Amino acid sequence: MQVEKTAAPAAGRQHSASATDAVVVLDHVSKRFGGVVAVDDLSLDVMRGEFFSMLGPSGCGKTTTLRMIGGFDAPSEGVVRLDGRDVTDLPAYRRDVNTVFQSYGLFPHLNVFDNVAFGLRRRHVGGAEVNRRVQEALELVSLAGYGKRRPGQLSGGQQQRVALARSLVNHPQVLLLDEPLGALDLKLRKQMQLELKRIQGEVGITFIFVTHDQEEAMTISDRIAVMNHGRIEQLGRPEDVYERPATQFVAEFLGASNLLDGVYRGTLDGWGSVELAGGDSIRIPAPPSALVGDKLKVGIRPEKLHLYPDGREAPSDHNSIAAILRNAVFVGVSYQYFFDAGGGRQLSAFDRNAGGGPIAGPGEKVRVAWKPEHTFVIPADGMAQPTPTNHQTGRQDK
Amino acid sequence: MAVGTATVRRPALTTRWGRALAPYLLIFPGVAWLLIFFLFPLLTLAVTSLMSGDFVAGFQFTWNFNNYTYGLGLYATQYSHSLEYGASATLIAFLLAYPAAYWIAFHAGPRKSAYLLIILLPFFVSFVLRTLSWETLMGDDGPILGPLKSAHLIPSDFRVLATPIAVTFGLAYTFFPYMLLPIYASLEKIDRRLIEAAEDLFANRVEVFRRVIFPLSIPGVFAGVLLTGIPATADFVNQTLLGGAGTTMIGRVIEQQFEVSANYPLASALAFVFMLGLLAMLLLYQRLFGTDELVRAR
Ligand SMILES: Nc1ncnc2c1ncn2[C@@H]1O[C@H](COP(=O)(O)OP(=O)(O)OP(=O)(O)O)[C@@H](O)[C@H]1O
Ligand SMILES: [Mg+2]
Repeated sequence: MQVEKTAAPAAGRQHSASATDAVVVLDHVSKRFGGVVAVDDLSLDVMRGEFFSMLGPSGCGKTTTLRMIGGFDAPSEGVVRLDGRDVTDLPAYRRDVNTVFQSYGLFPHLNVFDNVAFGLRRRHVGGAEVNRRVQEALELVSLAGYGKRRPGQLSGGQQQRVALARSLVNHPQVLLLDEPLGALDLKLRKQMQLELKRIQGEVGITFIFVTHDQEEAMTISDRIAVMNHGRIEQLGRPEDVYERPATQFVAEFLGASNLLDGVYRGTLDGWGSVELAGGDSIRIPAPPSALVGDKLKVGIRPEKLHLYPDGREAPSDHNSIAAILRNAVFVGVSYQYFFDAGGGRQLSAFDRNAGGGPIAGPGEKVRVAWKPEHTFVIPADGMAQPTPTNHQTGRQDK
Repeated sequence: MAVGTATVRRPALTTRWGRALAPYLLIFPGVAWLLIFFLFPLLTLAVTSLMSGDFVAGFQFTWNFNNYTYGLGLYATQYSHSLEYGASATLIAFLLAYPAAYWIAFHAGPRKSAYLLIILLPFFVSFVLRTLSWETLMGDDGPILGPLKSAHLIPSDFRVLATPIAVTFGLAYTFFPYMLLPIYASLEKIDRRLIEAAEDLFANRVEVFRRVIFPLSIPGVFAGVLLTGIPATADFVNQTLLGGAGTTMIGRVIEQQFEVSANYPLASALAFVFMLGLLAMLLLYQRLFGTDELVRAR
């Protein structure tokens, strides 16, 4: 996949100084279960020391991808490399990779200490060393003193941290985490996200983190691969993926977005020019690939829209279109507005609740404006609405 | 794995008495059953074991502890036979049942129940019949030893019947399902994800078995050993049909004392000693290998 290979070599926000070589490489990997294509010709480089997330809807192949890296499923096609070495046929127990399972998978017959020591003992680490490292790992996950307990005597969050310690203690090259926070309540989840991020920073192990929660992925990751139907739709830093989604699927999966149909009309003053379906002309950051006359979609995130009551002009350096306010919903920190922009186009906007009440009432005319640089463009080949049978959706990689 | 706490609706005041009584009502039939069919015979047994007299003249309760000392002294060998054959049979049944249960639980795929059925099918036949057919099969000139003897591959006085081996294997065979089923049940319910977790933590196949599968199947082994060991030790049918004069087990002696000699006090004393001995061993076993804690932590 071109885009992955040329993407800024990861390194991420915390580890920009460390090595930038790929520690996990998936090379045109596919996995079929009978007739089901779970992973479809997927290629991926994960850089050493980065916090990498795989994000996507249920059934898109995240777990399957992780299991192929961990060695629990063999790919139907393609090659898995770990640290430069082809491990496609290596069993799980001989890979320098550990997994934090969604179900935790703690051994019920062993206490916390023995659970955490399990991997070290299988590698014949000496008793004193085991002791030291297990204590260290338990401290890292704030569970010092819980060594004697059985997993059944711990809360869900504590079990999850034991699972984490049990993997971390082995200092694997790569740690795979399969929705490890899925079972936790929101507060604990947020707390564990920060803790995971902190721990990853401390130990410097490469994390590959699977989630279907887009906010979690953005909070925690150096890079995100957004997956759909066994393929990667887009891969990049959270800001890139959010601000410049490459496909309609990515745009819609990562939070709300307003998408408008248009036709590319060429460049003007360094901006690209797009004629919207309603007739308005707007400016966009010049798209590298569109040709004059190409159909495309432009998108704007709801929080980027500014509203001007009828009669007040939007700033001249903004794009703006006329709309009718349908509904204003008070959500505390902001108002959420829903508009009708003509031609069946629905828009929504967030406006900070600065104390002045809603900007207009239902049925009133408003101007909806935004800065041209806040417009993202979805080229025609990223526009098709994905369906479960359409595996050709999204960016082609050849 | 985690136990959820169900929300229980508060009982209305009017049903409080009913709720308080419910446990007792539920337990009543069981308790009554035990009282009538277990505790009462046990008491009778204890009382009888201290009587003296004979069948013709009648028995009187005389605190006759002599029954115990006399019985123990006379039948020490038979007691030790019971222990010996019972324990060996349990061990053999375990060695045969564990691999079979393991294979069915982990490698039989969708046909698990079919394989279980095949293994258990012979046990639908009365065990006396099965043991009788063993007797025929293993007979001194039966279908197995006969041809071997006529081919002079084994000496003509070689026999399997009437040896401790015949009795032991007969017992192991008779109680095989009681070993297999609990072990199978405990293997079957092991969370497959734990095996993946162990592999993830560098355990090879042998280590996965030793560190995860076997420890988690111990409750089944524990139950299987009890279910096989107790009846195997007490059994007298196998010994009667397959054994000989030199292999008498205490179960057979007790049966003979009751049925043939009609020496009820001696038979009761023997039975009582046997029961207490078994109970003592049970308690010891429970202490050594008890899995209460394991079961609770799950
Ligand atoms: N062992 C299997 N046999 C058959 N189909 C499977 C198997 N494992 C996964 N699949 C199918 O492969 C596809 C991808 O599954 P996978 O578990 O990777 O999804 P996921 O992205 O992890 O989803 P979720 O977020 O729900 O965990 C699904 O359609 C699933 O039904
Ligand atoms: Mg999954």
